[in-house]
Amino acid sequence: MKKRKKHSEHSVAFYNDPDNRAIIYQILALLGIALFTYFILNNLFINIEKRGINTGFDFLSSEAGFGILQSLIEYDESDSHGKVFIVGLLNTILVSVIGIIVATIIGLLVGIGRLSSNWMVSKLCMVYVETFRNIPILLQILFWYNIVLAALPSPRQSISFFDSIFFNNRGLYIPKPLLESGFIWVAVSFVLAIAAVFYLSNWAKKRHDETGEDFPLFWVSLTILVISPVAVFLLSGTPATLEYAALKGFNFKGGWTLIPELIALAMALSIYTATYIAEAVRAGIEAVPKGQKEAAHALGLKESIILKKVVLPQALRVIIPPVINQYLNLVKNSSLATAIGYPELVTLFSGTSLNQVGQAIEIILMTMAVYLTLSIIISILMNYVNARMQIKER
Amino acid sequence: MAIYEKLETREAPSSTKGMIHWAKENLFPSVLSSILTLLSLYLMYVAIPPLLDWMIFDATWSGTKEEIVNEGARWIFIFEKFNQFIYGFYPEELYWRPNLALVIFVVYVLAFRKIDNIKVKAFIIISFPIITYILVAGGFGLEHVETHKWGGLLLTIIVASVGIIASFPIGILFALGRQSNMPIIKTISIIYIEFIRGVPLITLLFMSSVILPLFFPEGMDFDKLLRALIGITLFQAAYIAEVIRGGLQAIPSGQYEAADALGLTYWKKMGLVILPQALKISIPNIVGSFISLFKDTTLILIIGLFDILAMVTLTNSDTDWLGFETEGYVFVTMIYWVICFSMSKYAKAIAVKYNTER
Repeated sequence: MKKRKKHSEHSVAFYNDPDNRAIIYQILALLGIALFTYFILNNLFINIEKRGINTGFDFLSSEAGFGILQSLIEYDESDSHGKVFIVGLLNTILVSVIGIIVATIIGLLVGIGRLSSNWMVSKLCMVYVETFRNIPILLQILFWYNIVLAALPSPRQSISFFDSIFFNNRGLYIPKPLLESGFIWVAVSFVLAIAAVFYLSNWAKKRHDETGEDFPLFWVSLTILVISPVAVFLLSGTPATLEYAALKGFNFKGGWTLIPELIALAMALSIYTATYIAEAVRAGIEAVPKGQKEAAHALGLKESIILKKVVLPQALRVIIPPVINQYLNLVKNSSLATAIGYPELVTLFSGTSLNQVGQAIEIILMTMAVYLTLSIIISILMNYVNARMQIKER
Repeated sequence: MAIYEKLETREAPSSTKGMIHWAKENLFPSVLSSILTLLSLYLMYVAIPPLLDWMIFDATWSGTKEEIVNEGARWIFIFEKFNQFIYGFYPEELYWRPNLALVIFVVYVLAFRKIDNIKVKAFIIISFPIITYILVAGGFGLEHVETHKWGGLLLTIIVASVGIIASFPIGILFALGRQSNMPIIKTISIIYIEFIRGVPLITLLFMSSVILPLFFPEGMDFDKLLRALIGITLFQAAYIAEVIRGGLQAIPSGQYEAADALGLTYWKKMGLVILPQALKISIPNIVGSFISLFKDTTLILIIGLFDILAMVTLTNSDTDWLGFETEGYVFVTMIYWVICFSMSKYAKAIAVKYNTER
């Protein structure tokens, strides 16, 4: 309530004054919450004591004693629950990153496809969106995992591409690059290339501002980024080799393995999320008023310039917030991995560790804290992007 | 004086009308577009005929399991297990009770449109959940059916309906709280909404199924279904609150000021002036949020309730009927798709309807 002037001393009774009432209500609300919190915490402590549940975070350093299907860092059964937490978190991040990249690509293509002047393409894209958006994500995960991937051939009959990539019901096997010590120079040259491109783009922008001359920044940057690491790689005597997966006994050994759980989860997540991204892309492009394009045409701008300088800047402003929101949803939905046993945070930590330790409160709160942190980071990012994207009006 | 004769109107040139023209304009306007069209046609050729064969032409529609010769879908599995998909373990002789509840629902919805009296409407809205609960769960002379026997589509619909109905008033309160001028109330609402929206539903379900019982005195025993419902309601309330806040923000401030100028109290202002307008414009988004909730109800299978999706695994554990997962998943997919798709079309229709009124 804004402070308002009282016209007379005895206009309203104390309890009828909106300002006073607001204070009373808030005190009552606080009291209510305090009482409720006291009630549940009190019960909690009584129950914990009665059931003999341990408390505290000591369990994090105790031995986990179970194996994990896939881990990005060294892990064995004698490691602690704290390490299980890290392994799970990394696996969550892995599937989320894969999902976000694939979903963005599909979503962009389908979203643009829906606006295509080609009738067949736009209808097909619509069918894609309407089909996969209206099926629960959990159902899609289970379907890919239990039906599609389970129907793949056994390792002996696996589908192979160029004898280097193998696909069977145990997963997808791809060659693994083995890096030698000389590879550091390739990395260094890549970093230098990025710095050069950064400098170049500043220079090009400055020149454009001063003289109006354009510089083919994109192609030049791409060339620098590709050629310099490749050249260094070849000059330093190819300091990396590929390790191919090979059939040994009943299964493949060597190379990189993508387990079926990861493939099913990443596929379902990206196919599902892509439908929402496609809709966001479509809505964003449609939100640019027709007059903007027509005006740009009237000025005699080229089609590519219109897209780059007129349509996209305005469309992106509408597209980016919902897309970031969808990224967040994808990260949260990755927790459904627990239904197929992909070893991410919820499966490992809120599942296996919880069953072993029995400290539900600490474990579930820690899990929630992870997701909360992720969503806070993403919303800070979103606010930043929004502020940058805002059209600066005079 | 020249005599002008009216010429017969000529038909438009065949190159600017008809199927061929349409195809030229919409399918083959340029090289790239033509390639895309051909690619799409090929894609459809690869996908559609085998799918139709599997689903319809090569499918087994009748007979017994031993007589299956066709390659396609074996729908007899679905016919055999149909009751389990719909009712779970609900006693067979009592199927009429949920069915009756459905009939009452349809009658109420039809009657609802004809009735103008607000009191009768309120009575309908309040009485329906009570009647349904008595019919499904038992009591008042009806045989009691325990919640662990509820399952299938019945359970899915119950969870979704309870979720939407119970979350609505809570959501409105938090939406109002978030828009409030009182800093403490506002902070509480923001913390609640952002906390819930920041965590996955599955962690909330774990919390309500594992931690919630610890929060209450030992004698208070929570039913497994009730715990799931609490988790889902708390979850949905935060989302509904955000949807309604969007509606509240769209109401011009002149409406608030006019209501203040008339001397209405806060609740009268909100209940009679602001909320009716805000809710009306939020309906499409509320339906959208309900679709999400309906899809999210599948998560209850992770905490051990048997919704329709869980029935796929369960019906396949029958040793007489092993290996019918594909048919099960496809059947459940179709049910979800039809329900979600029609709701989303409804939401779109409403959005269009309310848009033109402006």
